[in-house]
Amino acid sequence: MNFDFTEDQHTIKRTARELLAKRSSFERVRAAAEGGAYDETLWVELCELGWPGIAISEDFGGLGLGLVELVILAEELGYAVAGSPFLSNALGGLLIDQAGSDEQRARWLPGIADGTVRATVGVVKDGAAPVVPDAASAAVIVLLDAEGGARLVEPAAVTVEPVSSIDIGRRFARVTAAEDAGEPLAGDVAAGTDRAEAVLAAELVGVAQRAMELSVAYAKDRKQFDTPIGAYQAVSHLCAQMLFDTEGARSATYFAAWSADAAPEQLPVAAAMAKAAAADASRAVTASAIQVHGGIGFTWEADLHWLYKRAQVDASLLGGARAHRARVARLAAAGVPAA
Amino acid sequence: MDLTFSESELAFRDEFRSWLQANEVPPAPEGEDEQYRHRRDWQRRLYDGGWAAVHWPREYGGRDATLVEAAIFYEEMARARAPFPANVLGLLLAGPTIMTWGTEEQKSRYLLPIMSAEEIWCQGFSEPEAGSDLAALKTRAVKDGDEWVVTGQKVWTSGAQYSKWCMLVARTDQDAPKHKGLTYFILDMEQPGVEVVPLRQITGESEFNELFISEARIPDANVLGGVGNGWKVALTTLMNERAGLAFGLQVALKVRLDELTETAAARGLLDDPVVADKLGDLHVKCEILRLTAYRGLTATMKYGQPGPEGSLTKLMWSSTNQQLMQTAVDVLGPEALLTDSPWSFDLLRSRGNTIEGGTTEILKNIVAERVLGLPRK
Repeated sequence: MNFDFTEDQHTIKRTARELLAKRSSFERVRAAAEGGAYDETLWVELCELGWPGIAISEDFGGLGLGLVELVILAEELGYAVAGSPFLSNALGGLLIDQAGSDEQRARWLPGIADGTVRATVGVVKDGAAPVVPDAASAAVIVLLDAEGGARLVEPAAVTVEPVSSIDIGRRFARVTAAEDAGEPLAGDVAAGTDRAEAVLAAELVGVAQRAMELSVAYAKDRKQFDTPIGAYQAVSHLCAQMLFDTEGARSATYFAAWSADAAPEQLPVAAAMAKAAAADASRAVTASAIQVHGGIGFTWEADLHWLYKRAQVDASLLGGARAHRARVARLAAAGVPAA
Repeated sequence: MDLTFSESELAFRDEFRSWLQANEVPPAPEGEDEQYRHRRDWQRRLYDGGWAAVHWPREYGGRDATLVEAAIFYEEMARARAPFPANVLGLLLAGPTIMTWGTEEQKSRYLLPIMSAEEIWCQGFSEPEAGSDLAALKTRAVKDGDEWVVTGQKVWTSGAQYSKWCMLVARTDQDAPKHKGLTYFILDMEQPGVEVVPLRQITGESEFNELFISEARIPDANVLGGVGNGWKVALTTLMNERAGLAFGLQVALKVRLDELTETAAARGLLDDPVVADKLGDLHVKCEILRLTAYRGLTATMKYGQPGPEGSLTKLMWSSTNQQLMQTAVDVLGPEALLTDSPWSFDLLRSRGNTIEGGTTEILKNIVAERVLGLPRK
């Protein structure tokens, strides 16, 4: 029993934190978001480091590491609210890797791993997937249906219309597809979506961590009535609650990532729990962060809104907290052990 | 990261499981005195089997269990629905405090009878005017020859009516700053100056007592950790509070939650999306509690002290336990509020969870100040 990263994993986390502090500062996040385009130099650098292929087998040009390592990167990208197609590409890669045929994997994974041929994932409802990250720039789109099936489509076979969400740091599109468009992903789709949920949860944990740190720093610094506001319990207890929510979501997320690599029979419950916990935590923590900052927190200038908006949109991708809690309850009632 | 038990941890678990199978837990009787005797008899069986104090060093009769093994021990106890040993305060609080601060004489005098349940211990810390602000306590001890004469009042003293000894913190220097003038004593409860008055709780039971101390006498040899050093010694006791219990409480919570989920499923209530949402939420929180407790253990083993996770598990457990009991009433309806339903007692008892062992507000202060580094008012 050792619930801590290995030395290598700690190194990955530290390196990612340091790199993104320089390459994805709030100034750069703002410039990219307001400019309506990703910072291409950031993406090129992430590709040179091999990040997009971190969890993809070496046979397909990836680094061959596990979901824990991918989750570490996703958490740090969330912490930096980085604008890049990393997340959508990673989620698409997980689906194709888990549910694709040998042929599909050989065709798509090498490009996903080096970032030259990007993938993404969308959830179809009534003939269209309304909010698909980076669909307009993806070479291949995984469309999930309500029955647990998945199809692989190329942009030419579907209609892709750019849409804009509250998270303007990310590109989204609406994808409309005929039911028989593209080809089916015939393998274990759930194994792919479970992993994708864990990665989304990790990004949400990173977002929450950043919002908490900014709030604590502000509460130490900002004085009213000649006292740092963090000395008032109404404020300090909000901050304590942020830690409570963030650490809880982190425990669930790391466990889900670990189980994907080491105990896959526990992954379905663990992934649903991680996504539910991280969605709730990240939305609550980023909302509290605005409250702790007071009026300044409500301004465009204060940068907190990048975190709040990313938390809101990430939390709703691949099913919100309630859908995951319903799944947890069903699995618990069916006697599937949580651990 | 490896969230499986090692070979030796599994061997420890299997050994204790087979012992539990061979020593089936008898059903709990009705009545407080009967329940106390039930718990004392259970502790004696644990002691005879060598399982009473797994986390104690071998030299004091324990098993030198690692933190993970101690966690496994409490998880298995809860899974077998075994009661807490009668002398739980002695085993978890008094014993480790004596090991840290006691003289050789004190160690050889007190430790063995704690383990065998021969001598039960209670904790005399809180007072009517010193709850969260413990160092404001007023119980006085005045030196008289080679004895101390103690007068004051303690409250929330669980098990006092069954106890031989009390971990007592009293003020021995009226002039010193409030944290400096305290001394930690071992008080003999069997003397005329000590009166135990049951304190009836909202459950109707009297798990706790008030302690009226009037010129009770304590020999100088029963000072623990030195005169004027009581605050530090008391912190040792408080740090040990619930360190291991968290794992038992966590599993006990899971056992009840599974029971509720099963009942709800059998009645077709999981088709109600609100019920499914509430139960799903509890399962998520329950699992997060377990995982965070294990993260805390890893941090303690690696860095020698609990990380931020340590301060969070009590907060998580208490709020989740309350939420579980309230949800049970929502899901099961009014029959859960009848006095013969186990849920009605637990609903009432759970109100104490966010007060005992550090209120939620004090724990949030601790998290804010010591983990997040926010300023004190």
